[in-house]
Parts: sequence; structure tokens; C-alpha cells
Amino acid sequence: MDLNLRHISHRYDEVEVLRDINLEISRGQIVCIIGPSGCGKSTLLRMIGGLERPTAGEVLQLGTPPEGCLNPLTYIFQDFALLPWRTVEGNVSLVLEDHALDGAAREAIIADVLARTKLADFRKAYPRQLSGGMKQRVAIARALSVRPAVLLMDEPLSALDSQTRELLMDDLVELWEKENYTACYVTHNLAEAVRLGHKIVVLSRRPGEIRDIVEIDMPLSDRAGENAELDAIQKRLWTLMRDEARAADRELLDAR
Amino acid sequence: MPDNGREYPVNGRPVPFRGGGFLPKSRRIIAPIVFIVLIGLWELGTRTGVISPLILPAPSEAFAAFMDLVNSGLLWQHLAASLQRLLIGWFSGTMLGIIAGTMIGLFSLARSGLQPLVSAIFPIPKIALLPLFIIWFGIGEGSKVATILFGTFFPTVIATYGGIDNVDRNLIRMGQSFGLSRLSIIRKIILPGALPAILSGARISAAIAIILLVAAEMIAAEYGIGAYILIAGSLMATDQLIAGVAILSCMGLIFAWVIGRAEKYFLKWRA
Repeated sequence: MDLNLRHISHRYDEVEVLRDINLEISRGQIVCIIGPSGCGKSTLLRMIGGLERPTAGEVLQLGTPPEGCLNPLTYIFQDFALLPWRTVEGNVSLVLEDHALDGAAREAIIADVLARTKLADFRKAYPRQLSGGMKQRVAIARALSVRPAVLLMDEPLSALDSQTRELLMDDLVELWEKENYTACYVTHNLAEAVRLGHKIVVLSRRPGEIRDIVEIDMPLSDRAGENAELDAIQKRLWTLMRDEARAADRELLDAR
Repeated sequence: MPDNGREYPVNGRPVPFRGGGFLPKSRRIIAPIVFIVLIGLWELGTRTGVISPLILPAPSEAFAAFMDLVNSGLLWQHLAASLQRLLIGWFSGTMLGIIAGTMIGLFSLARSGLQPLVSAIFPIPKIALLPLFIIWFGIGEGSKVATILFGTFFPTVIATYGGIDNVDRNLIRMGQSFGLSRLSIIRKIILPGALPAILSGARISAAIAIILLVAAEMIAAEYGIGAYILIAGSLMATDQLIAGVAILSCMGLIFAWVIGRAEKYFLKWRA
């Protein structure tokens, strides 16, 4: 299943947030959206998953989601969004309970995703007992359990410390190698974008417009460690963004 | 200068400690000691005549009055009457309050219609409405239960919708993003999220229920702790009065303890 964003524009009352965004998210591709803070990249992601309605334009699903897919467009949130009153397995179970699955099938899915995210030993733990990295792993397990067609990740690593971020980044790469998931990954971190993105979309500051789209052909598995080519791309992205970021930094937040 | 040396250099001194404190802990043995010392002093005061028995009866006299009550078998009649009113009134008031609060928390129509009404009626002392309740529900059990029900309903409504308003919106959005049904979101995300606020509301309404119980029983009740205190008061039987008040205090403590247990059980996911 592919996604096609057509002429998306959005405004909150007086403030124009997004202007004429056209974008293609194809199967098996990780599309990273970067931009200065407040450029509307998280708003755009909410629109892609149908949590918010754009003022103009539309998001189209091309093709049907694969067989056995319970929730085609599935989010991974920056703040993990785990229910504190449910254990790890309870949090995964939550998103399966509304589907017509018998107990054994649900149990099999939970066991499978927890094994894939290396959480099998933490089934009965409550979120407060887990580190940030483990919490985000639970959120990833929960997202995988509904067999999504497209993963929508809203700064999934931004709430974590830099070492945990590295570890989780490796996990995401490894997972992609195995399963070739489709993803739209919003971040303000250029290093994450060049490490994970097949396609990097650079947004300008508010109102967000597409400044540039950079495609990186290098396989994800080759991108670890020092890499001159990636460094060059990251530098180029930074030059594109620097002035925007500086201007965005000086904007009043409540100037609406 | 060796840094493992124990001796300070000539003009060096340790940085003074400025942190710590502001962390009161409750030590278990202190509370009983305070109680025993206070009651001991009181008893001593009345025995030696420093405290006139007209002003305050000795704790031993109050205890004797309490034992009279136990031996005459009246205690159980008073307690049964009071507890029945208290439990029916508090339970139905709390249940109705949770339902109404959930409505206000979830639906715009209920919010715009009921919230101002709740705000207008909440501050009225329900005791002032007692004569009306007697006309509406009769002089018997009806008006007493209704007073408690009304008194506990409004704080519960406010606690419930306050709790729902404070549920993390991101969790609700998460539920929507996974395609959970509306009912599932309410049952599995919103209500558990509001539960801490609902339980602390229950704590407050339990205290209100006991206050209103006594007020309601002071009008035309044959049995009940409130009636017992009222009769004791009008006869100037201060020993009985103290015994009755002590029973009320114990009831309040037991209520608070039960709710505390419920909090511990239902909110064990919190640290």
C-alpha cells in the first residue's frame, strides 16, 4: 500500500501552518520529514494517519493494505503513549482487544511481537518500571502487533538519551532489514534522518512548504559508523535548514 | 597534595552542607504516644480537679458511658440505623455522581447543561434543604438518605469530570489511532485515567456523608449516632456526648481506611 499526499494545506484560524504539500510514500520506503520546530511536521503526520483534517488537499491510500493487517496506519509517539495502569502485555493486548481474535490468536501475536522487540522477559512489568528505551520498545511492539502497512513515527527517539537513541536506531534498522516496513518518520534530528531515510523531505519554517527532497540510495545496513557520503548529505541538509531554524527559533510561539 | 589524605590543606575547609530537610516522615510510634499522653493528661486533670467535670467529663466516664451503651444493646441499634443511612446515601450519591460526572466529562450537551447547575447547587449547605427534603421524602428514612445522597453527589460529580478532563489527551489520541471503539476508549483509557481523582473525591464525600448523617439524624430520628448525641446534649450528659463523638470519629477513620485500601488496590500501577 502506498500513500499519496496531494496539495495539503492547513491553517489554524489566522495562522497558516502548511502550504501545498505533495508527497509520495511508497511501499518498503522510509520517508523522513525534517524541519525546524513549529514547521508543522507533526501536524502533517497526524493528517497522514487521519487524526487531523487538513484545511485543503487530501491523503490518498493507493492499493489495499496487506492480508492480516489490523490497523494500516499505525503511530509510534514521542511520549510512548503507554497506559500506566496496564502491564507490557496489557498495553499490547489493548490494541488487539477490539478485533475479532480469539484468546489463543491474541496470545500468539503478543508473544511474537514481544520476542521480536526483545521484551519477552518484561511481560508483566508496568511502564513506570521501565526505562525510556524499554517503553519505546513496548510502543514499537504494540505497533507491530496490528501488522501495520505504514508506520507513522513522530519523533520516536526524541525523548530518549543519546545512548539509548543509538540502540533503538539499530533496532529500527535491524527490523527494517527483516521486514521492510513502510514508514514516515518525523524528526528534527538530521543524523537520524540520514541514518534511516530512503527519502528525506525538508520542510521550511511556518508555513511549512517542501524545500527539498533528498533521496539516499545507500542500503541502511551500510550506513553505520563513519561515513563520508552521509556526512556530506547531512551537511547539505543543515545548510538548507540553518537559516530557517534560526528564524523559527526567534518566532513567538503564541503569535497566532 | 595527595587527594586521599585525611588532612586538610592549610587554608582549605569542607564545603558546608546546605541540602536535605523538607521531607517530613511519619513515624509509627509517635501517633499512639500523642493519643495516650493527651488522654492521660485529660484523665489526670479531671481526677485532680484542675478540669471541672461540668466542663469536660473524664475519658474514663466517657468510656463507661460507651460500655453502658454496649451492655444495653442500644449501640448496635444506633450503629445499624446510622450505617444503613450512611451506606445507602453515600453509595447511591457516589454512583449517581460518577455517572453524571462522566456525562459532563464526555458530552458537550451534558457539559453545557449540567455544569452550571452543579456549580450553582454544590455550594448550598444541604442541611439548609433538610426541611424541603422532609416535605418531599417524608420524615422517615427517605429525607435522611436524600440529604446524604445530595451532599455526596455534587463533590463526586466535580471530582469525576475534573479527573476526566485531566486524562492525558495523547492517550486518547493513541486509542483513536489504533482504531479503538468509542466505548473501549471510555472504558479502558478515560475511566481508569480518571480513577485517582474519583477515589480522592470519594474520600471527601465520605467525610461530608458523616457530617450530614449527624445533621439529618438530629431531626426526628429514634435511633442513630446523631440522635444519641442530640439526646445526650439536651440532657447535658457530656460523657455520653463524648462517647458518641468518639464513635463518629472511629467511623470516619474506618471509612478513610477502606478507601485507602481501595486506592492501594486499584492504583497499584502508580509508584
